[in-house]
Amino acid sequence: MKTDKILLDHGSGGRISHRLISDLMLPVFDNPILSALNDGAIFEIEGMRLAFSTDSYTVDPIFFPGGNIGDLAIYGTVNDIAMCGAIPIYLSVGLIIEEGFSMSDLNKILKEMGKAARKAQVTIVTGDTKVVPNGAVDRIFINTSGIGRIPDDIDVASYNAKAKDKIILSGTIADHGVTILTQREGLSFESTVTSDTAPLSHMVQQIFATSKDIHVLRDPTRGGVGTTLNEIAEKSEVGIKIYEGTIPIKREVAGICELLGFDPLYLANEGKLLAFVSPEHSDRILSAIKANSYGKDASIIGEVVDDHQGKVLMQTQIGGTRIVGMLAGDQLPRIC
Amino acid sequence: MALKHIEEYKDSKIAKQLLEKIKNISKQNIRLMEVCGTHTVSICRSGIRSVLPETVSLLSGPGCPVCVTDQAEIDTFIELAKIDDVIVTTFGDLIRVPGTTSSLQKETGNGREIRVVYSTVDALEIARKNPEKKVVFLGVGFETTAPTIAASIHSAARMNVKNFSVISAHKLIPPALEALMSIENVPIDGFILPGHVSVIIGLKAYQPFFKHHQIPSVVAGFEPIDILQAISMLVEQYETGSPRLDNAYRRAVTSEGNKKAQQIIEDVFEPADTCWRGIGMIPQSGLKIRAPYVDHDAEKVFDIQVPEPQDPKGCACGEILTGLKIPPECALYKKVCTPADPVGPCMVSTEGTCAAYYQYHI
Repeated sequence: MKTDKILLDHGSGGRISHRLISDLMLPVFDNPILSALNDGAIFEIEGMRLAFSTDSYTVDPIFFPGGNIGDLAIYGTVNDIAMCGAIPIYLSVGLIIEEGFSMSDLNKILKEMGKAARKAQVTIVTGDTKVVPNGAVDRIFINTSGIGRIPDDIDVASYNAKAKDKIILSGTIADHGVTILTQREGLSFESTVTSDTAPLSHMVQQIFATSKDIHVLRDPTRGGVGTTLNEIAEKSEVGIKIYEGTIPIKREVAGICELLGFDPLYLANEGKLLAFVSPEHSDRILSAIKANSYGKDASIIGEVVDDHQGKVLMQTQIGGTRIVGMLAGDQLPRIC
Repeated sequence: MALKHIEEYKDSKIAKQLLEKIKNISKQNIRLMEVCGTHTVSICRSGIRSVLPETVSLLSGPGCPVCVTDQAEIDTFIELAKIDDVIVTTFGDLIRVPGTTSSLQKETGNGREIRVVYSTVDALEIARKNPEKKVVFLGVGFETTAPTIAASIHSAARMNVKNFSVISAHKLIPPALEALMSIENVPIDGFILPGHVSVIIGLKAYQPFFKHHQIPSVVAGFEPIDILQAISMLVEQYETGSPRLDNAYRRAVTSEGNKKAQQIIEDVFEPADTCWRGIGMIPQSGLKIRAPYVDHDAEKVFDIQVPEPQDPKGCACGEILTGLKIPPECALYKKVCTPADPVGPCMVSTEGTCAAYYQYHI
């Protein structure tokens, strides 16, 4: 939508966000590392390959079933670095806190961050704290940045998908997105769904210990599996076909999505990854992922195909075929 | 537990059997129209068109509540949001719909208070919590949303929540079916009747329409197999020349419908002439709030005048909503009009025909 103001859709991760990045940001910051638009920047300093990533966290509510803004901020950046094929090492933490915010909530969040950092085996080495007047932010916003080292002979990137690659999804979709939806004010039903917030760096290392023939790794966070697959199809200039019946989803999550008219393919995940791997190694890699506690429900959901370049297709359970397009903005609950 | 139930309706074996049956019996070309946005999305999402024989075409009718809401109504909603001390509450779909000069989403960007709610109960609650504000709910939808909106008006009156009002832009399905059949060269050979609406109004509500037009008409549920079942029944009726009014959604739809829901609609609303986008004025196809509830009728509480709206130039929403065109036949489709830059409402709502085509069609 043409507008002279920033709208919430500009932050949705869909087409409208992409346009903001390509029209306003890329021309200003123009450089090849940024233009690759991976989950993090991948570059080399004196022979050492590094991954560097940053993310800001504004989740509402700040405490939700299965997680909180603190561990989300650690795992989010850890996962972005891991998706570059790197082992995350150091993180920074920036806090923007609203005047009047509860000291005990802050303490709780910081403790959760410490716990999460230990679990993900990263060290928080620098930080910044700002307090702003009441109303200038909503309670607390957190930014984390981090770096990691990419081992030799690992080369993963969104533009790297190869013909005939198998696509592995590490578990059930839309758990985080549905959890946040059901916690927000105004939705008057209860559910037992919890966020899947989790560090994926160990899983990535287990994958590489099994095979180096991994071409793309992505964590389908904002915008979900549907958006991430579209980004990969566009950047790698390949067609992607997925099979509806193979996509893991919890029954309760599917039910809530049906009720609200949401497509779970576009809802956020915070502890899942998509791996594009060579077909010869796919079974082995799938077993390695399943052996990880965050990958029990992993499944091969599709493959790279020769036709439909730049597009994602889905074979439905009744045997039909349809496009999985990219959303323009956030999904909205329907009228009836 | 309920979902196991739903999974059965996606079963590929049953789907194959139904498809085989449709392929075997369908000899003549048949054009079937669904009149429900949820059907539109389900058909697109499950790829039903890609597996049907060439003889069977599916058209999407005026079944998306946002899409049939008249431009003047949309402009009125936006003007309401611009009034100081007003909180507009709405279902999510309406947020992005472009009015003549603005949209609710843009007004949010301008600092106006517009809140997306999942139910009218929440809208009423917002009114109770903000007694210094005037809370208006945008009453858009068909017979499906009318009962809960009626209930909220009823509650507001009973609890004396003076700052809560509703603007009623409701539309009724049976009069719309009549209007569709009166269009010259109407390309419709049968109707897939809406499931949710029929749960409320019951099969019998279509009797007068069916009696008048004798066209194959079957109520369908929303799972792919429900829809295939309805298509197979419609094709069979058409091929044998024996049109019927039938029900393929017996687990939810009865002949009489939901009497309690009908009663509350009757109590709060009365039928009124209303304008449908793309079709125009249809007599007695809307609902206005009855006089005893005038304090909660936003049209009476606020005096909103909007200039004669202009439908977007070149937009074929009207022809698409009546089955005269499919989205790829509109000159703007995918070129100028996309979900990121929608020109007409059929591209805005996820249940709009154009948005569904854009999102799902190969």
